[in-house]
Amino acid sequence: MMLRGLWKLTWIEIKIFLREPLGAIGTIVIPVVVFLVAGRMVSHGVAPTSLAASNFVSVGLPVLAAVLIAVGAVLSLVTIISIYREGGILKRLRATPLRPHTILTAHVIVKLLLTAATLLLMVLAGKRYYPVGIHIPLLGFTVALLISTCSILSIGFLIASIVPTARFAQPIGAVIMYPMIAVSGLFVPVQSLPPALQAVAKVVPLTYTVSLLEGIWRGDTWWAHKSDVAALAVGFVVCTALSAKVFRWE
Amino acid sequence: MRPVIEVSAVRKTYGSIVAVDEVSFEVNDGEIFGLIGPNGAGKTTTMECIEGLRTPDRGTISVLGLDPFNDVYKLQQRIGVQLQQAQLQKRIKVWEAVDLWASLYQKKAIDGERLLEHLGLVDKRNAWFMTLSGGQKQRLFIALALINDPDVVFLDELTTGLDPQARRAIWELVRGIRERGKTVFLTTHLMEEAERLCDRVAIIEHGRIIDIDKPANLVNRHCPERTVVLATDDLSAAERFRTIPRVEAVTCSDSQFTIRGRGDDLVTEVIHCLSENRIRVTDFRTILPNLEDVFLKLTGHSIRD
Repeated sequence: MMLRGLWKLTWIEIKIFLREPLGAIGTIVIPVVVFLVAGRMVSHGVAPTSLAASNFVSVGLPVLAAVLIAVGAVLSLVTIISIYREGGILKRLRATPLRPHTILTAHVIVKLLLTAATLLLMVLAGKRYYPVGIHIPLLGFTVALLISTCSILSIGFLIASIVPTARFAQPIGAVIMYPMIAVSGLFVPVQSLPPALQAVAKVVPLTYTVSLLEGIWRGDTWWAHKSDVAALAVGFVVCTALSAKVFRWE
Repeated sequence: MRPVIEVSAVRKTYGSIVAVDEVSFEVNDGEIFGLIGPNGAGKTTTMECIEGLRTPDRGTISVLGLDPFNDVYKLQQRIGVQLQQAQLQKRIKVWEAVDLWASLYQKKAIDGERLLEHLGLVDKRNAWFMTLSGGQKQRLFIALALINDPDVVFLDELTTGLDPQARRAIWELVRGIRERGKTVFLTTHLMEEAERLCDRVAIIEHGRIIDIDKPANLVNRHCPERTVVLATDDLSAAERFRTIPRVEAVTCSDSQFTIRGRGDDLVTEVIHCLSENRIRVTDFRTILPNLEDVFLKLTGHSIRD
């Protein structure tokens, strides 16, 4: 019964998302284009001289792109939830037999599908720049990205709970999410950060996201990253429990 | 027969603000019941407590024998709701909304296409919500409130912001809901709407119910004043009018007389006086009090203030 409602709502939300002119372009096309341009610049222009630079191209860039997709999905979730709340759409849906968690689950599914679709598109488009001899565990990487997205989407619900109006949703979300990328170990290894920032990095789920994605991309086993997955799961449970407490429907 | 809705001593506060207090009333099966009062009087809060969207701090509510708080999902299967100032997703199509809502209820939904036809939305079935006019949006919300063939329909400020023509069309639809045997609970700050549509009304102000009855009874009880305005060249008429029983004041300017008095019989008495004295009149009209006057009398201010 409720599954039928969940499926219908999810499908309608997908269609609505694709009808939004900026939504689809902003969240699917832009990450792919950025990835392609960056890949092109690196492969044609500045040749990687140091080991670190070469490492960034082969591992960091795809992981950065993946993280950007996930963060994009979270920001889009925050925006949509706050618009729906401001417009009374959430309240209207809640005045039906739909369970509150069903309404939110539909949005999570839409964002996960979107994340997977963007990743797929990026892999297809990026094949030209990463052809030689790199074996990419695509399935594992996709699963890792979906787990990570799930975990940071739960932060998205927390952010959506605190943003006062829909107008502030995107900027507040960005102000919270982008610094997380900075300390996540993607650009600078967590060990090289000042102690204060290291402490921050330890509680930021993006740190574990980056560690997991980089590992899986390199070909590590899942077992080697069980602590990353566990950390993401804990983050998911904590944020979900917190947002269940503080989430505002109107 | 047990009332469909029973509200007893309900109180709801938001922080230090008391939104509703000691609110009690009953809504009977098959009637259109209106909760009327100015904006901020506590209408929506009361309605949303009954719908199970809010939890009262004190008091009890029963709808169709169910507790809106504990049995909210059971209740939502059997009621239809239109919320004040609600929106849908901007780019959801009309038929998609109806289709989604139809899928949410256990009971087999009524035919969505026929519903759209009945509400005059067939031409708009593929239109995005954001492109609909105010009246079309409200009709869609009525469709969503009716899709599960509910026993009770809740309508919150249904016609606010609509032009008079769209408003009349909506009134017809609401009467149609009652004719199909449903109970309708509505809120409005439009006295004309309450007077034309509601079988019974409760007047609410500052979170408290002031009085409950049929609109006509409320008018009779609180505003027994009647006024007759007539035009005649017969200058001796004023004296004769003053002899009519229950007349309280007669004023005259040019050839126009204003006769004020009390009670339903006043108009008959005036006509009687005119015919008995063969007074020739060129104009005759009555000014009867309405709910607006009742509200003014009970609260000391107009509902629009």
